[in-house]
Amino acid sequence: MIHPIPPGTRDILPDEMRELRDLGRALIEVFEARGYGEVATPAIEYDEVLARGGARSTDSAYRFFDEAGDLLALRSDMTVPIARLVSTRLSGAEPPVRLCYLASLYRGVRPQRGQMREFVQAGVELVGAPAPEGTVEVVEVLEAALDAAGLDRAVIGLGDADLYRQLLTEVGIEDSYREAILSRLATHDLVGLETELAAVPDLGEEVIATCVALAQMRGGREVLEAARSLGGGAVERATAQLQATFDALERRGVADRVQIDLGLLRDLGYYTGAILEVYDPALGHILGGGGRYDNLLGQFGSPQPAVGFALYLERVHVAQMEEESRRERASR
Amino acid sequence: MTVVAASRAKADGPLKLAVPRGALFEETLGLLDAVGLDTAAARGDSRSLIFEQDGVTLVTMRPSDVPTYVEAGAADVGITGKDVLLEQADRVLYELLDLGIGRCRMVLAGRRGDARLGEAQRRLGMMRIATKYPRVAERHFEQTGRQVEVIEVKGSVELAPLTGLADGIVDLVATGRTLEENDLEVREEIVECSARFVANRVAHKLRGAEVDGLASKLREATAG
Repeated sequence: MIHPIPPGTRDILPDEMRELRDLGRALIEVFEARGYGEVATPAIEYDEVLARGGARSTDSAYRFFDEAGDLLALRSDMTVPIARLVSTRLSGAEPPVRLCYLASLYRGVRPQRGQMREFVQAGVELVGAPAPEGTVEVVEVLEAALDAAGLDRAVIGLGDADLYRQLLTEVGIEDSYREAILSRLATHDLVGLETELAAVPDLGEEVIATCVALAQMRGGREVLEAARSLGGGAVERATAQLQATFDALERRGVADRVQIDLGLLRDLGYYTGAILEVYDPALGHILGGGGRYDNLLGQFGSPQPAVGFALYLERVHVAQMEEESRRERASR
Repeated sequence: MTVVAASRAKADGPLKLAVPRGALFEETLGLLDAVGLDTAAARGDSRSLIFEQDGVTLVTMRPSDVPTYVEAGAADVGITGKDVLLEQADRVLYELLDLGIGRCRMVLAGRRGDARLGEAQRRLGMMRIATKYPRVAERHFEQTGRQVEVIEVKGSVELAPLTGLADGIVDLVATGRTLEENDLEVREEIVECSARFVANRVAHKLRGAEVDGLASKLREATAG
């Protein structure tokens, strides 16, 4: 008999489970060795609690009512539940608080293209550590995690979540124009971006050129110089921040696999300042991401700076397998 | 023919460029010639689908498959119509450049001189629209506040209003000749379309120099 399971979910059989368990455990060990204690939170939360992460973070949540008529939601990321946990259970703890997790998450996305509706993330949250030191520590942990997974070719993109919001404010772009432009930037639709910018009344050619050029700037330290030459307060602030982070990474000797990327824009609403994305040449999808969320804890009544990242466990597993077979091919 | 490893991995070798067969094929190859790529093998009558050469491997496919391959990283970059991208708007890929070739319009068309579209809307509260672009059509009517029943067809859409399957069609029009020959006329223009240069998200980050290099050569070639 064949009994179906819902689209976007899957069963895991022993051979795969053994590998996933080893990988998950290896990542948690890396986190624990650096002082990040593992926590678990309920898969279901009050919708109103998750909504504190901003509209975008509950976009595709699964919601239902419990017997008391309260609206519940399946968690779609771990950052918001951990922000709740820290402000509720650890409010007296001496900062910084270091936590890690390995947890199943749920998003009502269109399944079957590298993204499932139920998936596992492994990640860390560092609460109470400001930029740039906190960011640098987390990048260091992320690199150790990638090493533990055998992804020695993986690259970490480092960008700034506030750059475009501030840039648009600086040149006086508001309301619907602003939303349209930010959404083109988030999907990296450069053709649409130019069209939307051109639609803004009385906007100089120079501003349009700056926006389009910034979105494509990625690479090493030279990117900061190139961006700075475009001028403007928002660019100046973002490049100074990135420079400080990058300098600190270099001092710790962990800047080699970090790529500065001014076109980066994470789609979760709560990010502020530094944002991260992880890529491996063996996989066409991103392996994970993260960044600073200095305002999120304030939504839970205990304002403090924070930063974290999450890796998609199943995608890291795929990349790990691809990298292994690549190394085997190379050594033959 | 050279065999390319069938791996999920984006091989470290040459950049893979997804090239649309069909209506865009000739113009696309012309553009690739202009940026100095050798397209002679792809033009031949070989049944091969993959043409390897120095620097860039051409992978030929249906235009509507280009977003699928590029999103998954099976091709690093690709060329396809904006119509295809609009229909598959939920795919994660980077749209880098309007190539200006394959210009056409997505339109709503009905039978010439026939009031059926308006009558269906007025008396039945709903139009039946046949199309190969169900999501573009649905979005257009939703945004203009009208109710429609979208009927997806795979072949010649013009047939639908002529046989009574639908009151009108949403389709691409380049010269308008096909419409004319089938006694149809344009009622509304929905959006202008042309070919776009797209990139996989990871390839755009990890092979930046190659992707940007090809993009700027294409920009020069289309600007002239």
